[in-house]
Amino acid sequence: MSFLKIKNLSVDYPMRKETVNAAKNVNIQVNKGEILGLVGESGSGKSTVGNAIINLIDAPGKVSSGSVILGDLSIHEDPTNIIKYRGKKIGLIFQDPQTSLNPILTIGEQLIETIQTHLNLTREQAKNKSVDLLKEVGIKDAEKRFNNYPHQFSGGMRQRVVISLALCCEPELLIADEPTTALDVSIQSQILDLIRRLTKERNLAVILITHDMGVIAETTDRVAVMKNGNLVEIGNTKDVLTQPKKTYTKSLVSSVPPTNKKISRFVIIEKENKNDFQNNIKILNRWNKRQITHQNLIEIKNLSKSFDDNFFTENIKNSVKAVNNVSFEVKEGEAFGLVGESGSGKSTIAKLIVNLYQPSSGDIFFDNICVTKIKNKTEMMKFRKQIQMIFQDPYSSLNGRLKVKDIVAEPIRLHNPSITNSDLNDYIFDLLESVELSQKSAERYPHEFSGGQRQRISIARALATQPRLLVCDEPTSALDVSIQAQILNLLKDLQEQLNLTILFISHDLPVVRQMCDRIGVLKDGKLCEVTTTEDLFIKPRHEYTKELLRLMPKIESIFE
Amino acid sequence: MLVVAFVSFSLFNFVGDPINNMVGEETSDEERAELRETLGLMDPIHVQFTRFVVNASKGEFGISYQLRRPVSELIVERLPATIELVVISALIALITGTLLGVYTGINRKGFLSDIILAVSLLGVSLPTFVIGILFIYLFAVILGILPSFGRGEVIDIGFWTTGFLTISGLKAIILPSVTLSLFQMTYIIRLVRAEMMEILQTDYIKFARARGISEKSIKYKHALKNGLIPVITIAGINIGTLIAFSIITETVFQWPGMGFLFIQAVQFVDIPIMSAYLVFIAFVFVMINFIVDILYYFIDPRIRVKGDVASG
Repeated sequence: MSFLKIKNLSVDYPMRKETVNAAKNVNIQVNKGEILGLVGESGSGKSTVGNAIINLIDAPGKVSSGSVILGDLSIHEDPTNIIKYRGKKIGLIFQDPQTSLNPILTIGEQLIETIQTHLNLTREQAKNKSVDLLKEVGIKDAEKRFNNYPHQFSGGMRQRVVISLALCCEPELLIADEPTTALDVSIQSQILDLIRRLTKERNLAVILITHDMGVIAETTDRVAVMKNGNLVEIGNTKDVLTQPKKTYTKSLVSSVPPTNKKISRFVIIEKENKNDFQNNIKILNRWNKRQITHQNLIEIKNLSKSFDDNFFTENIKNSVKAVNNVSFEVKEGEAFGLVGESGSGKSTIAKLIVNLYQPSSGDIFFDNICVTKIKNKTEMMKFRKQIQMIFQDPYSSLNGRLKVKDIVAEPIRLHNPSITNSDLNDYIFDLLESVELSQKSAERYPHEFSGGQRQRISIARALATQPRLLVCDEPTSALDVSIQAQILNLLKDLQEQLNLTILFISHDLPVVRQMCDRIGVLKDGKLCEVTTTEDLFIKPRHEYTKELLRLMPKIESIFE
Repeated sequence: MLVVAFVSFSLFNFVGDPINNMVGEETSDEERAELRETLGLMDPIHVQFTRFVVNASKGEFGISYQLRRPVSELIVERLPATIELVVISALIALITGTLLGVYTGINRKGFLSDIILAVSLLGVSLPTFVIGILFIYLFAVILGILPSFGRGEVIDIGFWTTGFLTISGLKAIILPSVTLSLFQMTYIIRLVRAEMMEILQTDYIKFARARGISEKSIKYKHALKNGLIPVITIAGINIGTLIAFSIITETVFQWPGMGFLFIQAVQFVDIPIMSAYLVFIAFVFVMINFIVDILYYFIDPRIRVKGDVASG
């Protein structure tokens, strides 16, 4: 007998023009002591199902049919039931621990209030219970931390507080909606361990909503795959991941970058009908293609950058060294990866290389010219033309008021003011087709495109100046895994065809493994080791690298 | 502060000849020169300015041309009236503004919310003096229940005169303070409403709901506390504005406060009063912002424990 039964659940969002079915006839059952993974890409309805279980769907959405039965309680039948299950029988954890706690109440106050809402305890008893809970989720000095405000905790600690809040009234079902997506890999593994441990100890039923197949493979017992509001497949995690029955599941699994081997291209199943676009890189004719020389294109020597807390009192003690004495080289034509957790200084290095920041000390050489000492404006323009950057967030890195045409044209005009209009148009069309966008898209605005398409626009814009070096700062971390596979394929093709040099920055080790020839591992602004990709994954030397590799969620673990 | 002091000092010195204003037609040139000397008007400008600042910091702004009494004495005499008016209207604005703002923020689609918002639009768009005159017409002329001008009977308590202790004084303060508060009130309604609506969408409210916290506590404890933080900033600035706006209201209602004094001073080119008023208003603005900053420290824990963040 299953503990949670979702029967023919449908959720509708009536919009002005049409009704969006966020979930269609979903049937899921979860047992106690079991972790069910709910996986799917953005917009697949996985969070909608999670919210429907606890009856917390944002207006104007509503459950249009079906039922959710928890034990012997029907959730949607009687609105006065809310108090019986919210917090008491069902605990919910959200994705972002930065925003899910009230910033102006101490965590103790939030815990006590929740406990007293559901359990008949005095303030003193509630306090003792909260302190015990905080200890249970692994917060040291719980008595002292009890009176702290949320901002005094780090991201991982805050997620622990969130978990303790979700569990404080001993619910029997825990819904975790992307609980580790906003966290670093080492914190992620701690939080997942915690969830696994609590599942066993408390005999919880857990629904883990995530898009990360590695997490699914390592954590869940069963998995449900969703697409466009439909439940595609449900079964034991091992069966679903190793022998997927449906095409969609197959393509989803094959888009996940494998952690244990390097593959030349990602298999994209859904787009089989498309011609191989390798021949389609039209700008090749115009491209001033360089021979791969294996000379150093970038040389970084003892680079440091510190950010001072206060501009006026340059206090050495307060300054944060974002980059600390880092040296490495990138050879022409190679893809160099920089990996590290948040705050390791990887983006700072990228910004130093493209000269958006000035280094505190040390030198950056590009093609044997010291970039940091360029004062002349025309010299600087020449240098900037050769380096282009692709940013993480495809939503904020394109100006929403400009047409795609103008976005791509801007760098071309800047570096070649004498270009004629018809030439410019041809060039833009070639660029767009090289990144697999149609000519028609030139007349449209960025908001009309999806995230993956926008990232293609960013790439076209970056290619417009015919750069030698492309700096990609987490280019796919905001994208779904199948889109990520497409973008990574595109970048690989471009690199091969155009002999580009790529500096690839990411926290995602499997992705870096697929993309890069050599990798540098950063921690707290220091470079731990630089080595070839295969060496790094097979025989890592530095302790930190070993740790990172160990904690990385591996989809392959399911095969063992 | 220094900039304002300089502007009012320039007023004092460069707008017309102060001596001309002070003495009568038949004063001889010698007498004028003598007066100039005793007033220190022959000194270089920077010396005069320093003296002006030093005197101002002691509260001395010279002698009113028109009333021939020390300006500081005049201000102290008029101060209670203005302060009482401003405090009462600030309270009205804050309390009703917050209450109505919370109401309209929570019941977004209600009929009453629409009415409140429509009326508040009037409050923003109608100038203060029009509202004042309308009020006088309605309550004093047609209904005849409230006085249309003055402070009513006042009672002296040492240096302070108050209208709170007599019925006529209380009656007299109703119309001007409501008039004065109306603009600020609509402002606060809209601000609180926007804040509440935004905060009720945030993740931590959703998370609180998911924990089963009661709606009452979510709205009035979790949401309202967060929503009031920006209100305090705006309210701080607006209390300054209230004093400034009180010029108009005081004139309409013949309220014997500082604003009314200022208007009379302008009519008679009574420059010492004008410059003193300017310096005084600037001082109040600075003080209020200072107090608001300190208040922040108590209200927003994110500022209070900033020192711990780096280590924690």
